Amino acid sequence: MALCFPRLSLDARLRGRASPEAADEPWAVVENRSVRVCNGAAEALGVRPGSALTAAWALAPQLRILPRDTAAETTALEAVALWACQFTSKVSLEPPQSVLLEVEGSLRLFGGAVRLMARLRGGLADLGFGALLAAGPTARAALWLARGGGETLQALPITAIDPEPQALALLRRIGVRTLGELMHLPRAGVAARFGEELLRNLDRALGRAPEPRVFFEPPERFSMQLELPAPAIEAERVLFAARRLLLQLEAFLAVRQAGIRGFTLRLLHREGRPTRIDIGSGTPHRDTEHWQRLLRERLEAAALASPAEAIRLEAAGLTPLARAAPGLFGDERGGAEAWERLTERLQARLGGAVVHGLATHAEHRPERAWHADAAGGSAGADEMPPGPRPLWLLEPPRHLGEGDFVLLAGPERIESGWWDGDDVARDYFIAARGASLAWIYRAREGWFLHGLFA
Amino acid sequence: MPIPTAALEAVLHRYPVWRGGCLAQPPVRAVPSGHARLDRELPGGGWPAGTLTEILCASHGIGELQLVLPALAALSHAKGRIAWLAPPHLPYAPALVAAGLRLDFLTVVRAPGRRDALWAAEQVLRAGACRALLMWLPRTGYGELRRLALAAEAGVAIALLFRPLPAARESSPAPLRLALEPEGGQLAVRIFKRRGAQLAAPLRIPIPRPVHAVGGALLSPAFPRRQAARPCLA
Repeated sequence: MALCFPRLSLDARLRGRASPEAADEPWAVVENRSVRVCNGAAEALGVRPGSALTAAWALAPQLRILPRDTAAETTALEAVALWACQFTSKVSLEPPQSVLLEVEGSLRLFGGAVRLMARLRGGLADLGFGALLAAGPTARAALWLARGGGETLQALPITAIDPEPQALALLRRIGVRTLGELMHLPRAGVAARFGEELLRNLDRALGRAPEPRVFFEPPERFSMQLELPAPAIEAERVLFAARRLLLQLEAFLAVRQAGIRGFTLRLLHREGRPTRIDIGSGTPHRDTEHWQRLLRERLEAAALASPAEAIRLEAAGLTPLARAAPGLFGDERGGAEAWERLTERLQARLGGAVVHGLATHAEHRPERAWHADAAGGSAGADEMPPGPRPLWLLEPPRHLGEGDFVLLAGPERIESGWWDGDDVARDYFIAARGASLAWIYRAREGWFLHGLFA
Repeated sequence: MPIPTAALEAVLHRYPVWRGGCLAQPPVRAVPSGHARLDRELPGGGWPAGTLTEILCASHGIGELQLVLPALAALSHAKGRIAWLAPPHLPYAPALVAAGLRLDFLTVVRAPGRRDALWAAEQVLRAGACRALLMWLPRTGYGELRRLALAAEAGVAIALLFRPLPAARESSPAPLRLALEPEGGQLAVRIFKRRGAQLAAPLRIPIPRPVHAVGGALLSPAFPRRQAARPCLA
């Protein structure tokens, strides 16, 4: 199966941009003062690939142009290949614009060629690529079918096989328009006039000659950069671009059958150091939606000082992640997962220290008899303090005047902590303060309110 | 002209007539509060789940937590999550354990900003992962309360919103509103809004206090013997 990206030069540069606005404006990628690729809006205005830039400007004065960036195209093609690795392990790059997948072994898993194609097309659109897809019995046949957009090899225009310019001119001169016509020419003559290569490719497409291909190997680490065509300061626009990278990350993780506990998103600015956003999660995850939710909270909270020109997503520390099996016995597991997700969302927006669990600690000093555990931590089976303890503890204790309270019960002496330099010597009483019952103590410095019996 | 009682009964049975004396039966089950006297007066027989409940108290430290702790303890033992949102002080772990709560099902969200607190409340309620949410949100406007009430209805948690007593004068979309005032060693609970008939007199709910009440005043130590009568620091 072949994925062909006729507008790769443009998609590679524009996919960081929210799709509606990119679709409405005419854009073109320019190479050597002539239009290489243009988008639908530009074509509607009469701009055609191959036309001179001056002619294009005359037709569409609002045309926005980008210089061609071959490095970005290569990166984009590799990103597609990496993403496609989740459908088959045999992915091969066909520069400059295509990726070939050997899907015969995967058809059953994905429910047939038609469904697989629909899935590929939808997924690529989510990533921001417009693709032509075709399936064929051989890699080269699929590639030509994708490029030419026909049903059979015979009917394909001769341009689909991308011949040398001289060969193409010669073919046109002798009246060969389709591949079928080329196949009817005598082999010896074709080899003599158009070179052995053309004949060999034809044989490969028809399956008469083998075509060994080098398969794409997914990288060990995930690190992808996406350029934002217009610098973005709004969280929503950064998030849109980040989602495309997250989708790639999800595919990368799916290939490795792994999840991650967190990733780093760097927002690169024109000047100054990049803004670094670390997103973490208690349990390993792969799901794009999950990460996107966490990222949304963080991006909305973090006000960007200057617009981001590009974003870079890096993830390391893969953890094996089995496909989640639905709980067999009711929803307790589901409840726990929902809880974890909720905690992570709260922590992502409010900060890790704000959301915590409670645990007791065997310690006489009241302010140390508890500690903030990780959210939802467990209690130690510690011995209980001897006296009554209030449900509210004031942090720090509040100084009290002599007439602010009426003593009701006490004292309970707590004298501890000489070993760590934070020693306390206090007599605790229960006192009435207005309508409330208070837990107060007397120390050398005076009276303090330390708790309320709520 | 007097209407025959039998005819009236027939009318009442034939049409879906709601009688003022009945308490509403909420569709979501309630969590028994652990105070029999209170349960009898709460619609559904306890703290209603999926409903915003307002608890207005004159000040902190009058036993407002003791009123809800039995229900929370039962929930935590049933492995139900309990979230504390923006509590005015630190919920003290040793006292919570003493009240019978399982700490591993408790989460505290400490004093975030006002907007964050409202956001967090909505998240917790709508996620449906919590069985109880205790919130302290001062100066909550009607619109915000409305959002909270809707979020509570979308979830399954008992949503307890603690507010100061003067808020009783403001109108609120919460279907259940209680005002608490200390009365000796007991808590006077006035249910001034519920789905059902008004409750005329406040309920007197005995709650555990660290000192016993004698004749309306709080007196007499409840300390263990060995702790008492030690010399104080100078």
